[in-house]
Amino acid sequence: MTAVLQEKKTYDVAKIRRDFPILNRSIRGKKLVYLDNAATTQKPQAVIDRIVRYYTEENSNVHRGVHYLSEVATAAYESSRTTVKRFINARDEKEIVFTRGTTEGINLVASSWGRRNLRAGDEVLITAIEHHSNIVPWQLLCEETGAKLRIVPVNDAGELVLDEYARLLTRKVKLVAFGHASNALGTINPVKRMTAMAHENGAVVLIDGAQGVPHLTVDVQDIDCDFYAFSAHKVYGPTGIGVLYGKQALLDAMPPYQGGGDMILSVSFEKTTYNALPYKFEAGTPDIAGVVGLAAALDYVSSLGLPNIAAHEHDLLLYATSSLKSIDGVRIIGTAAEKASVISFTLEGVHPHDIGTILDQEGVAIRTGHHCAQPLMMRFNVPATGRASFGLYNTREEADALVAALHKTIEVFRG
Amino acid sequence: MNDLRDLYQQIILDHNRNPRNYHELPEATKRVEGYNPLCGDHYTIFVDLDGDVIKDVAFTGNGCAISKSSASVMTTAVKGKRTEEAQKLFDTFHKLVTGEPAGLSEAELGRLAAFSGVSEFPARVKCAILAWHTLHSALQNEQEVVTTE
Repeated sequence: MTAVLQEKKTYDVAKIRRDFPILNRSIRGKKLVYLDNAATTQKPQAVIDRIVRYYTEENSNVHRGVHYLSEVATAAYESSRTTVKRFINARDEKEIVFTRGTTEGINLVASSWGRRNLRAGDEVLITAIEHHSNIVPWQLLCEETGAKLRIVPVNDAGELVLDEYARLLTRKVKLVAFGHASNALGTINPVKRMTAMAHENGAVVLIDGAQGVPHLTVDVQDIDCDFYAFSAHKVYGPTGIGVLYGKQALLDAMPPYQGGGDMILSVSFEKTTYNALPYKFEAGTPDIAGVVGLAAALDYVSSLGLPNIAAHEHDLLLYATSSLKSIDGVRIIGTAAEKASVISFTLEGVHPHDIGTILDQEGVAIRTGHHCAQPLMMRFNVPATGRASFGLYNTREEADALVAALHKTIEVFRG
Repeated sequence: MNDLRDLYQQIILDHNRNPRNYHELPEATKRVEGYNPLCGDHYTIFVDLDGDVIKDVAFTGNGCAISKSSASVMTTAVKGKRTEEAQKLFDTFHKLVTGEPAGLSEAELGRLAAFSGVSEFPARVKCAILAWHTLHSALQNEQEVVTTE
């Protein structure tokens, strides 16, 4: 009891909300209730300020000039890499590749590792709850190499069927790719166990961490995955920047993904020598402001403490789930035992897009649609769902506002 | 709430609940699909032409209230019309939902006037216009799947 009280006391959500300037604005005359955090999160002042400071005082190109500003920018860029390394507990900065986001990280692995290592007859194993970004790159790769794509099924609660996973994990499977948490259902996958099972069968493991990093403490050494990709903007950082973690031995053996400046040691028309890790995979001038902004976001999250954030979000998940269930005609899609703070739902007789429009009039922002997971929507036999996703700054009052707006939706539709 | 009632007018809610001409038309001379992949709105429009007269028109499929009621109202508006008149209605409806002056009075617009509120909701214009684009395509003899996204 004391521990709970202490947690409540140290996690001061009213104070935290003041760190996010956008939360002060009103939408159509109503207070903004932002429940679309699985799509993207809002940014704390610390991140906004860091990006402004970079452009105001430090802007220069990295790894190139000998002048003062270039050294400052390079130091900021590289210390951000160290921040990321610590945040996910990688062994070495060399294992941290900056990308444009999760999608690019997955494409990098599919293109570079996949083309080098896959042959006709091999198999790539993904799951039924993947985001399109963890489906389509593998489809492209399979088309090109003649490898086969296999799908781990999901049960009615939205959990992966691990017996089927074990059955599908044959020696033909060379790579397994799955999400840490599902963007559409919230399901948290047993990633450590799944990784160990894949490794026992000699397969390489990629984890789509877009929905993992904002909610869960990620330790890539403990999980032992081979690749882990995530996006800054889902974890309170800027858009357009992300991270691919890869084990050094694998990254070392992989050919470059893109050619250009910064990824080379020397270029002649006869032969080009590639740069060392991680620069081999960072062709061209990177999004330096994005990288320092990402580091500021991770510092911000660390200052609150991920376990505290997770406890707060879990409380919101339970509270909002039980409130939504009390509404006549609401069906919750995705009832896994282990869930991130994402609630997908349908309302009988009202299409999700109509729900979205009416909620928006009340200042409540949720996502409606197929959440870039069309195969999953088909599995649950719904064309689309409404999705409320909670972040570190959301409150129980905002869950109440969602419920009130849904009652208004019912009023409009059922008159 | 006023804005919402402008969008979700009684006619729209009624046609959503009880869509008219909501069935297949096996004898149709034209059959075209309309699909908005982002929304998942998906309809098939059946048109039975007798010369240049729309003898019968029907639709099947599912989507949001705006797209479904629009398809339903459309079928009631174009049934029995010459294709040229239907094309004119398409132009009028397009102007109406995108906020351009349609040049017609409420009386002339008839049931279509119920969709005037859509222009205040830019994200929903594509829902309202989907069935109309599909019909337009059917009358133009285009056979590919139509989308308004």
